[in-house]
Amino acid sequence: MDESLALFIEIVPTLLAAVPVTLILTFLSAIIGNTLALPVAVGSLSPHFYLRYPSLFYIFVMRGTPLLAQTYLIYYGLGEFFPGTWVQKSFLWPYLRDGFWYAIFAFSLNTAGYTGEILRGAIMAVPKGEIEAARAFGFSSALIFWRVTLPRAIQICLPTMTGETILLLKATSLASLITVWEVMGTARQIQKVTFRVYEPLIAAGILYILMVFVLTRLMMIVERRINRHRLAPA
Amino acid sequence: MMDTTLKVEDLHKKFGAVEVLKGVSLEARTGDVIAMIGSSGSGKSTLLRCINLLETPNSGRVYVNGELIRMKPLHDGTAKPEDMKQVERIRSKLAMVFQSFNLWTHRTILENVIEAPIHVLGLPRKEAIERAEILLAKVGIAEKRNFYPNHLSGGQQQRAAIARALAMEPSVLLFDEPTSALDPELVGEVLQVMRKLAEEGRTMLVVTHEMGFARDVASEIVFLHKGQIEEKGPPREVIGSPKSERLKQFLSATRH
Repeated sequence: MDESLALFIEIVPTLLAAVPVTLILTFLSAIIGNTLALPVAVGSLSPHFYLRYPSLFYIFVMRGTPLLAQTYLIYYGLGEFFPGTWVQKSFLWPYLRDGFWYAIFAFSLNTAGYTGEILRGAIMAVPKGEIEAARAFGFSSALIFWRVTLPRAIQICLPTMTGETILLLKATSLASLITVWEVMGTARQIQKVTFRVYEPLIAAGILYILMVFVLTRLMMIVERRINRHRLAPA
Repeated sequence: MMDTTLKVEDLHKKFGAVEVLKGVSLEARTGDVIAMIGSSGSGKSTLLRCINLLETPNSGRVYVNGELIRMKPLHDGTAKPEDMKQVERIRSKLAMVFQSFNLWTHRTILENVIEAPIHVLGLPRKEAIERAEILLAKVGIAEKRNFYPNHLSGGQQQRAAIARALAMEPSVLLFDEPTSALDPELVGEVLQVMRKLAEEGRTMLVVTHEMGFARDVASEIVFLHKGQIEEKGPPREVIGSPKSERLKQFLSATRH
């Protein structure tokens, strides 16, 4: 028991050093993915089949295949494609050698699919009367989208998007399988060095719980702010 | 043709095979308050919604301040606007008040009132706020300016919706059953605001079931039946001495 505790204390700083990697993976992917979700959602609701079908197909594929498979495909697939091409000589190469950016790419695309579907439902759930009021006052379609539909849709799906971000935070542990040393990857390295199975895993688990806790709190503040119209008057 | 604000000619509207409007014509001069009455399904709301093109009429003409809304007939018997920019510009002169208020729930009352003046009319924010504050005071909810719609009673929400409509300084105010979604004790406060607007000489088109309001405030009553104007005229004639059998039936059914 004493031995375990000593090991714990020894490895925590190493794991803590990996926390920023996990957080950056999460937030960058969430920002890029949620931004990409917008055209996906709008496309999936388009009256034009050449926009709707590709968007729906994208959502279908992203939700229908394992994230690990997507990550591998992008890392090994793209990673094999670039060497020997002009890319190797370009300024992008230092980034494209690194698993980190492939992980960001894979997680972003995946998030775009999931959030795209969530946003699609939320856009459909915006009360028709509020959109109609905007039309009746002479709003153009674009103005209606930016001023009424989108802000209302985000309000509607924000709690679900919070849940997705938490799932994403934990899913970033998959990056360890493509050489990104975030919390999970670091824990596994420690396992190999110390020949201890449980302590690194438990320590990593605790760190994930703490990160999720902080993230949940943060999102609660955001939700409060965005959905303040539902709360009691100030 | 002296200062006709709104003119509707031979309006037809079909929903699938059902013809809801069968050639309706209507004219409102500046300051007219036209009350449209009729049983449900008579087409009165549809008529109102065809005027600002929330519904697209199959045929017919709508003029606002003498300007014709240009429509393009399609092969399937429907029509569509030739120029959406023109429609948007005309809509901004035809403010609408809805049965279920349709306030933007993610914005405060003040934000609701300044939204369209800023983003549609291009009014500077400061001016829009000044205008909004005057209007909110006028409809009696100045102290609720920073509340969200969901925090207000139905009557207060509808008064906010009226302020939102007035902020556009519209040529015509369209009211689509503005008191039908309200609890009985809240109807009065909304009608009182509407009465005040009529006295100011605003041009109003009101679809309503409030016969008292129609009788006292309207300059003209239009009775719709099965998509046609069955009878119209000044309130004392239409309500006092109805000619058609249907209007007599309708009036005896609504009189309590």
